[in-house]
Amino acid sequence: MPSNDERWLDNAAGPVVRPYALTRGRTRPSGAAFDLVATVTATQARVADAGGLGPEHISVLQLAQTPTTVVDIASDVDLPLGVVRILLADLRELGLVTIQAPVSMRAQQVDKNMLREVLHGLRGL
Amino acid sequence: MAYGGYEAAGVAQRRHRAIKILLAGGFGVGKTTLVGAVSEIRPLRTEEQLTETSAHVDSTAGVERKTTTTVAMDFGRITLREDLVLYLFGTPGQERFWFMWDELSLGALGAVVLADTRRLAECFPAIDYFERREIPFIVALNVFDGSRSYTIEDVRVALDLDPKLPIVLCDARSRDSAKDVLIALIEHVLSVADEPVAR
Repeated sequence: MPSNDERWLDNAAGPVVRPYALTRGRTRPSGAAFDLVATVTATQARVADAGGLGPEHISVLQLAQTPTTVVDIASDVDLPLGVVRILLADLRELGLVTIQAPVSMRAQQVDKNMLREVLHGLRGL
Repeated sequence: MAYGGYEAAGVAQRRHRAIKILLAGGFGVGKTTLVGAVSEIRPLRTEEQLTETSAHVDSTAGVERKTTTTVAMDFGRITLREDLVLYLFGTPGQERFWFMWDELSLGALGAVVLADTRRLAECFPAIDYFERREIPFIVALNVFDGSRSYTIEDVRVALDLDPKLPIVLCDARSRDSAKDVLIALIEHVLSVADEPVAR
């Protein structure tokens, strides 16, 4: 374990903090599982005690001010997907974000109007 | 609770819709090229859980807990509208990444199996996978420099595909061609959705 005065803030040396240190060693998110492309939206709720939130929680929360997906957040904060899932689950537990499952894609339940919108969008690219 | 969260957000906007599309095929068949041709490429870090085989290779024998190693992958994003976004995930070709397929394929709208006629057998595992999970898919033949030696029907027979399953030719480097592949997939998903439900 390196001591605190061992400081080598050098990008080439890799992250200074091991990814799962951000989650205090937890490797599984709390609560119901969510999809890679589930939509995350900040609720604007306030928490009485934000002391438990790390800077990474705050970064994730900021990205969710407009609805975005789990993978987009992971890409933007450049943290492993598993870590981001845990941070998101923490925020959800505090009521700071909602995480919505993506639209159902089972063959017979697909929203055909949405598919037509997609076709229209693709043709217009 | 969910309703409260929605109200707190104070938005009367339409639901944000994200659609997941998979791109499978053998290693080096042009998956990354196709994604890059039609979408914005975004990097993603994920974890690979060391399987028994690779655990052996990495000689973590005797270590009780499972270890993970970070894997870099890309995905493609096509923003059709602010609230309608397509996500393209290339399913890793190497066997040791099979564990990721289940996660990636969950809730996917459909899949494109990209094939190279010189190495058709490489797309068998992907075809098997999507057939078993009833994920609608099409086959796209990546034709390099017009070096086309088989007809679409030859390929259909070789891959033992249903006559209704679309097989399209494409050039993975071309934006228009990659777009046409996605359009063919969505049209196929629509036609599958129109089929009467088997009772």
